[in-house]
Amino acid sequence: MSLFDNSVSELHQLLHKKELSVTDLVEESYKRINEVDDKVQAFLTLDEEKARNAAKAMDDRLGTDDAKGLLFGMPIGIKDNIVTKGLRTTCASKILDNFDPIYDATVMNKLHNAETLTIGKLNMDEFAMGSSNENSAFKKTKNPWNLETVPGGSSGGSAASVASGEVLFSLGSDTGGSIRQPAAFCGVVGLKPTYGRVSRYGLVAFASSLDQIGPVTRTVEDNAYLLQAISGLDPMDSTSANVEVPNFAQALTGDVKGLKIAVPKEYLGEGVREEVRQSVLDALKVLEKLGAVWEEVSLPHSKYALAAYYLLSSSEASANLARFDGVRYGYRTDDATSLIDMYKKTRSEGFGEEVKRRIMLGTFALSSGYYDAYYKKAQKVRTLIKNDFDEVFKKYDVIIGPTTPTPAFKIGENIDDPLTMYANDVLTIPVNLAGVPGISIPCGFSNGLPLGLQIIGKYFDESTIYKTAYAFEQATDYHKQKPVL
Amino acid sequence: MSRISADQVKHVANLARLAITEEEAEMFTKQLDSIISFAEQLNELDTENVEPTSHVLDMKNVMREDKPEKGLPQSEVLKNAPDHQDGQIKVPAIIE
Repeated sequence: MSLFDNSVSELHQLLHKKELSVTDLVEESYKRINEVDDKVQAFLTLDEEKARNAAKAMDDRLGTDDAKGLLFGMPIGIKDNIVTKGLRTTCASKILDNFDPIYDATVMNKLHNAETLTIGKLNMDEFAMGSSNENSAFKKTKNPWNLETVPGGSSGGSAASVASGEVLFSLGSDTGGSIRQPAAFCGVVGLKPTYGRVSRYGLVAFASSLDQIGPVTRTVEDNAYLLQAISGLDPMDSTSANVEVPNFAQALTGDVKGLKIAVPKEYLGEGVREEVRQSVLDALKVLEKLGAVWEEVSLPHSKYALAAYYLLSSSEASANLARFDGVRYGYRTDDATSLIDMYKKTRSEGFGEEVKRRIMLGTFALSSGYYDAYYKKAQKVRTLIKNDFDEVFKKYDVIIGPTTPTPAFKIGENIDDPLTMYANDVLTIPVNLAGVPGISIPCGFSNGLPLGLQIIGKYFDESTIYKTAYAFEQATDYHKQKPVL
Repeated sequence: MSRISADQVKHVANLARLAITEEEAEMFTKQLDSIISFAEQLNELDTENVEPTSHVLDMKNVMREDKPEKGLPQSEVLKNAPDHQDGQIKVPAIIE
């Protein structure tokens, strides 16, 4: 039994009654990391001394009005593309191996206000480009359910650390499925908020029009609490949205009577494995029993999302990653004969193969003579994909389908074939292109590997997603199963 | 038909400020060719009267008050620089 089998509100009660200390929670994290991280390899950097000292100081305040915050003392892991002042932030890239941020991301400031405790920084695919964590320059995180399979990516460390009980919860980022796909593979709850819900200030940019930071947790309730803490307009991010942040926990009623669910036929068609399809149909039966109704619909442009996504995200990445030039921070080559030579050698030695591939693709798509044919064309297709969602949401409250076409695959299985690897994200990518929110929650197992149910909502309607997810979770016990390590 | 040649790949690498070996040029030519071929399925769609989407939210220029604030201290700014001297970041000579 792990302390982290308790929910945030249960732990909060125990702290409040002084039956548990913040030190206990922090020690639980580091003890578990000592036990299993040799196998799971989720963490890149630990912040032990600081976390332990902070815990001690917080324990003195337990039981006072000053310690009433719900997330007070809760141990969290942070994906290593979110900058943390004074705590090494690498994006799992050689080019940022020694980077020591001089400021905190807005989400970190918000977590400091909520007084969570940062345990350390989590592994990922380099610059969030990948679906398996095999693109990390430092280590390959494993899936806690089967150490021969990948945890998914790019937020593989975020999902694996939560699934294996190393932290209570974590933050990830999602550009094309990077929170939802690993959450599905590792059997945890991961939400990509509406674009603009959470500030991107201090998130090292991959594709700025698609990136969102989001919470990875064991339960839907905890997910709502963590999203609450990090949401909101931020003057430091001009793309953060000036919309009200509702009380997400109020949506956790368990009541889905009359809820209208759309099930896109494209999400259960070709390429989706039978057991995945079956788990979604079973989940729909559960929701139907609770009073929801579902109908098949069409998102006709779904099959074009993958191609549009790779053109757009790589184009944006090629511009965003131009800042890594060896001048102001990060790695610099040892043998440069001129400034241009320094740029080239620094970048070639510092970036991994997948990152270079995407920079190349993006530079090509934006280059003179190809811009209209590739980049602009993809932007127009993005409009069509967005319109598909708008049309369905005129009549339905949520869209439901699988998170991924298959359960977690074997390490090494897809690494040599970029297109097969990219196809993993075919069901999550349209959500980023449209900018709507989506969650993955556990909905079954196949040969001992978790399967994920994806619930997609209207713009800024994470509440209805949580309502649906919570009702399903309360009616099932998939989320209670834990990997044996 | 090949969509991209090895020479084009080298040109793109130069634009992206990446030094690539002959071997890498060959690999990227093959891989980019297959990705670009895959992307050409977008041409099946008639998008003549479709507006491009660069950003999903209906947002115009976001302005803030023009209020001077203190910048970062020099020591902080230089903390991560690979090479610096006399308070300035140092790079290889750019003028012969």
